[in-house]
Amino acid sequence: MLENILLGFATALSLQNLLYAFVGVLIGNAIGVLPGIGALAAISMLLPITYGLDPTGALMMLAGLYYGTSYGGAITSILLNVPGTVTHAVVCVDGNPMARQGRAGPALFVAMAGSFLGASCGIVILMLFSPLLAEAAFAFGPAEYFALMLLGLLAASTLAVGSPLKGVSMVLVGMIAGVVGIDVNSGAARFTFDVPELMDGLSLVALALGLFGVADVYANANRLGRRSFVTETRVTARTVRPEKGEMRRVLPAIGRGAGLGSFFGALPGTGGTLASFVSYGLEKRVSRTPERFGRGAPEGVAGPESANSSATITAFIPTLTLGIPGDAVMALMLGAMMIHNIIPGPQLMAQHPTVFWGLVGTFWIASALLLILNLPLIGMWVKMLSIPYRLLYPAVLLFICIGVYGETNSLFNVGVVLAVGLFGSLINRLGFEPAPALLGFILGPMMEENFRRALLLAHGDLTVFLTRPISGACMLVTFAMVALVTYKRLRRWPLARPGEPVRAVASSTQPPPAA
Amino acid sequence: MRAFRFKRDVYAAGLMMLIGIGTVTGSLEHDVNTLARIGPGFFPLLLGTALIGVSALMLAAAAGAAEAEPARRAPSLRAWLCVTAAVVAFIVIGRYGGLVPASFVVVLLAALGDESNSLKEALALAVGLTVLAVAIFHYGLQMQFPLFRWG
Repeated sequence: MLENILLGFATALSLQNLLYAFVGVLIGNAIGVLPGIGALAAISMLLPITYGLDPTGALMMLAGLYYGTSYGGAITSILLNVPGTVTHAVVCVDGNPMARQGRAGPALFVAMAGSFLGASCGIVILMLFSPLLAEAAFAFGPAEYFALMLLGLLAASTLAVGSPLKGVSMVLVGMIAGVVGIDVNSGAARFTFDVPELMDGLSLVALALGLFGVADVYANANRLGRRSFVTETRVTARTVRPEKGEMRRVLPAIGRGAGLGSFFGALPGTGGTLASFVSYGLEKRVSRTPERFGRGAPEGVAGPESANSSATITAFIPTLTLGIPGDAVMALMLGAMMIHNIIPGPQLMAQHPTVFWGLVGTFWIASALLLILNLPLIGMWVKMLSIPYRLLYPAVLLFICIGVYGETNSLFNVGVVLAVGLFGSLINRLGFEPAPALLGFILGPMMEENFRRALLLAHGDLTVFLTRPISGACMLVTFAMVALVTYKRLRRWPLARPGEPVRAVASSTQPPPAA
Repeated sequence: MRAFRFKRDVYAAGLMMLIGIGTVTGSLEHDVNTLARIGPGFFPLLLGTALIGVSALMLAAAAGAAEAEPARRAPSLRAWLCVTAAVVAFIVIGRYGGLVPASFVVVLLAALGDESNSLKEALALAVGLTVLAVAIFHYGLQMQFPLFRWG
């Protein structure tokens, strides 16, 4: 164990890898604070750039990027009341009032401290539980994988924001997109319409950038441009110190948040959003002065931030040990690993120990880097916030075009990106969330493979999914979840009770108009 | 508002139904085979059927919808046209002209999609970003995309 941890830090601390992680964090942070660009678009835009790197370095850069974007969302939530991602929506509630009272510095500081400590807690959980889960996963056959993936997909699509039916239909659309290409078992070309470029299937990068990059540009161009950002608050390293006694209240909040986040993060489909909302609710409940919440209570910033960061880390547990991503961002990370010829799963730890433990080391170093970077750079991020979207989106579009071209050096995929972007813009208008589609796209082919293999082994007996204990248990949970969602819908009970503010910011693709 | 949401959900269900029907039709070109030896048509058939089922449920839910959701703003027509034209131009000019003219045109056209950008600003942005793109992708990352090509 200790040996492995040392290996991880040795890998992550090699000058080259440290540089990649640093660049990732820096770019991620910068993209995270820019308006109208989310983590998904940022990762998919940078994915083609990592092709030239060795797999460990590439993954470290992407992990740093993921981490940086996620923190960037906290900055915009506090300073502008615009959550970059839904996960940060709840940070706005108390973070922005703090900023308006001229206490943006302390708000950013407790968010940072919460983020760092939460992530550290998540990393410890990741180190302790991943080997156990990987061990258990060796007992998994195709039936178990299929059942787990089904559970994950349904959880991700029904528990997320918005209508569960729309979520499920997006998953199905993503899975259908995943069918495109040559079927590995029979060699049949499915849904390729005799286009040779489609034989290898749709490109993940083109799909992700279409749904989250181009569709966002369509939604925001000529709409977001005239917004004037309030950047009057002066934030320097000197003004970040919280008041006396505040840290004493904030630290327990961080601890509770980290516990909640670590738990929810490891479950499929729930992740940081639910964790941060639950944490906010908990802080308000345990506080002796709940009336301060919503008017700038630092606990309301620190707890959710900590929950969100630890969930960010523990979300990697199922992704790395089982190869089953819990949400769209994890799906993209999984896709990135596969592009670099690393197949996540129980064998990952045995076959690529440097990748696994290097990643663990990177997480910790990335969160430390964020802490170090953010204090002196706060002033710069605030300046970046004032770049108007009208100058930003042409650059985004250019980077999308070139990035997609770079994946295979062909202009065909640029056409795919445009088509997917048009489709994404249409479904946005119709009230769909595109994120589950990406998850379905990644998991669909794996599910088909495992479904076929399970039935082949069982000689076509469908009950195999129910009679094997682990698979049967997953199926049971899946059915229970569907029944619960149906029941709640029929009773017209709002599903995401603590998540009501989410409705106002139902989509990361569409920041609410400035107040 | 309520009328719009109702109509929007009907359109949404309709779109999903269309995709489902398309998938089912496409899957019938392939063997479905038996459960023990599943053919290439089986899984898409399953997915298409499921999508048709879900869209039917959505249609039913749309009829009984009560809660109002904030309507999403329609994209601006001008931005929509300019962004689409920009990407199409990138493909065509990238094919026949190379990275430099393609980058320049995609930025220029896209920037003109926002009415608060003046032509001068758009031109300056296009020049600046083209230089940046060439520096990063051509010289930095050694991408295989000729700066200029003729015909």
